[in-house]
Amino acid sequence: MEWRHKDLLDVSQLSKEEVQHVFETATYFQEINSRPVKKVPTLKGHSVVLFFAEASTRTKTSFDMAGKRLSCDTFSLAKSSSSLTKGETLKDTALTLEAMNPDGIVIRHWASGAAQFLAERLDCSIINAGDGRHAHPTQALLDGFTLYQEWGSLAGKTILILGDIAHSRVARSNLILLNKMGAKVRFCGPRTLLPPQIKKWDAEVYTDLSEACKGVDAIMCLRLQLERQQDGLLPDLREYSNYFGLGHKQIELAKPDVKIMHPGPMNRGVEINSELADCEASLVLDQVASGVATRMALLYLYLTRKK
Amino acid sequence: MTHPELVIRKAVWKGEEVDLLVAEGKILEVKPSSDTMYEGAEIVAAKGLMLMPSLTDVHVHLREPGFEYKEDIASGLKAAVHGGFSNIMCMANTDPVNDNAVVTDEMLRKARAAFPEGGPRLFPIGALTKGLKGEELAPMHEMAEAGCAAFSNDGLPVKNSELFRRAMEYGSDTGKPVIDHCEDPYLAPAAGVNEGEVSSVLGLAAQPDVAEATQVARDLLMAEYLDMHIHLAHISCRKSVDLIAWAKKRGVKVTAETCPHYLLLTEEALHGYHSDTKVNPPLRTADDVEALLAAIKDGTIDMFATDHAPHAAHEKEVEFMQAPCGISGLDSALSLTWSLVADGKISFDDFIRMWTTAPCETFDLPLNSFKKGDPADFFLFDPAQEWVLDSASMHSKGKNTPFRGQTLKGRVISHFLSGKKIV
Repeated sequence: MEWRHKDLLDVSQLSKEEVQHVFETATYFQEINSRPVKKVPTLKGHSVVLFFAEASTRTKTSFDMAGKRLSCDTFSLAKSSSSLTKGETLKDTALTLEAMNPDGIVIRHWASGAAQFLAERLDCSIINAGDGRHAHPTQALLDGFTLYQEWGSLAGKTILILGDIAHSRVARSNLILLNKMGAKVRFCGPRTLLPPQIKKWDAEVYTDLSEACKGVDAIMCLRLQLERQQDGLLPDLREYSNYFGLGHKQIELAKPDVKIMHPGPMNRGVEINSELADCEASLVLDQVASGVATRMALLYLYLTRKK
Repeated sequence: MTHPELVIRKAVWKGEEVDLLVAEGKILEVKPSSDTMYEGAEIVAAKGLMLMPSLTDVHVHLREPGFEYKEDIASGLKAAVHGGFSNIMCMANTDPVNDNAVVTDEMLRKARAAFPEGGPRLFPIGALTKGLKGEELAPMHEMAEAGCAAFSNDGLPVKNSELFRRAMEYGSDTGKPVIDHCEDPYLAPAAGVNEGEVSSVLGLAAQPDVAEATQVARDLLMAEYLDMHIHLAHISCRKSVDLIAWAKKRGVKVTAETCPHYLLLTEEALHGYHSDTKVNPPLRTADDVEALLAAIKDGTIDMFATDHAPHAAHEKEVEFMQAPCGISGLDSALSLTWSLVADGKISFDDFIRMWTTAPCETFDLPLNSFKKGDPADFFLFDPAQEWVLDSASMHSKGKNTPFRGQTLKGRVISHFLSGKKIV
């Protein structure tokens, strides 16, 4: 498949066939990742800037490793070490980076729309590694790829996304991707953590976790940002955990071979029971492994596209 | 009859070809067009052009003193006069704040200096509270005496309802209206984005329309209780319209304005995160647009205002959530609202009421209704002329408008203030 996109801003840009192509390409790179020597020369001579204006461990490391395994030169730039701390605007930082002529910029930014802001101003590929509450397309693709590896197809499956939907870019991007690939999506969380317009989203909405878990094929827990209590959205973590934390009782209501997922980092004992995070049904570490393969596929597709 | 010094010949007013006669800066007569010779008078041939009374904008931000790089009084007035306006009311959120007569005096001095031979009139709006802090009343009597036409905290509405009550009471003694920017600050932690489908999809922190309507309800109840007039700024949603209609039926002394962008754009314009669409109150839904148009028709909404809010390019070209709110409106408001007339969405009579009669009567400003003795403030308008709204065609320093690059229809050909040609 000839890749036609310059930028990856959200999964809504991709057709079902293109998502499938990402999965298949990632499958190939997953195999490379299992070899004793995990480096190939595919992107030799290419360079990518990892511009992380918001804290990140796994996404940044995952992109870095993905690039290096393809022999791509990766350069890290964090907000704390960039001129953004000196008051430089995002536009000027971006133009400075562009002047160094990289082939791509992977951006993580606290502001929704930041990736699009760069994409409209720069000629190189922009890959959104999470922008505000808006989108996290590579997370959605790696989550989809993880399930694709388990099931072979997502069609007809029911997946529950649990937790702070309102503030989650992961929930937004996963909803789009899972629907696109034929799965049904359920959301569950307290009303204060559900977006006000959620009824118009293509998902079933629950505020009762037991009801939400009935018969689902997979449960994706979302990280609860602990400051939501200070925001007045929760009374306390104990009550949240009791009513919206994933525990053994709820798992028994799901399909027998239910899969448990979490994008990390996890608050063990808050949004997920610690034992469940480590149990056989858990795909949490598979997600991390899939993340490297998926990001290798994305770097390959975007950096080698026909210009 | 006084001899005319200026005659506008064969202009169109309300579908009729008329001659407009001016003497000593005032309207002498508007009468059916003829070939009468007026010896010594300047004759302006206006065949094919529309005659319009100059517009009044009760809500602009001129940024001087303090933020002259965004706009200064001279550039703002220049944009106004090219945009068809003769009277401009400017908000108090300058630096220093216009919360005392010294600042008011200085604003008026700058306006006179910008047009020493006479030009658009500036009417400052004084702050309701010192420093716009919502803590202590500002000296409204001395500001009224210095030339303020109204009082408002605008973008920093008074949170404390008791203090707001006292501000209304104290301000009423000056005879100048109080204007409120309706926004419950506790319900509106984020500005510039409507809470709805678009904010959900874009992942933007947003404010619901009830943030506006809640404060509208407070203000209406307060105005009724105190039996005082209140003017509600830039109304943007159906809920507010319904409340105002309810209050007017009860006899509450309320007037209200809305802006061109709330009638021509919806929250859908935010797709793409272009910060020129970020405005406070935010762009709402198609249902809200429909309600506002109906409210113009039935008189619930009294007048237009631009809420002209110029910003420098570098301030807007940042992450959406970082960008300041506001649209630069003086250059384009006439053409944009004229498009509503051309499209049959509002009537010509409503257009005239919304831009001239209602604002002038509400704020006691000079009104030209083409009656003998009215100030000869008028412009000749070509409704068919197309022009592109861009940096070159805008006179405001602020180029921040979501309509930038669009071809607009209808333009001021020449503008006369007190009978003197300014444009």
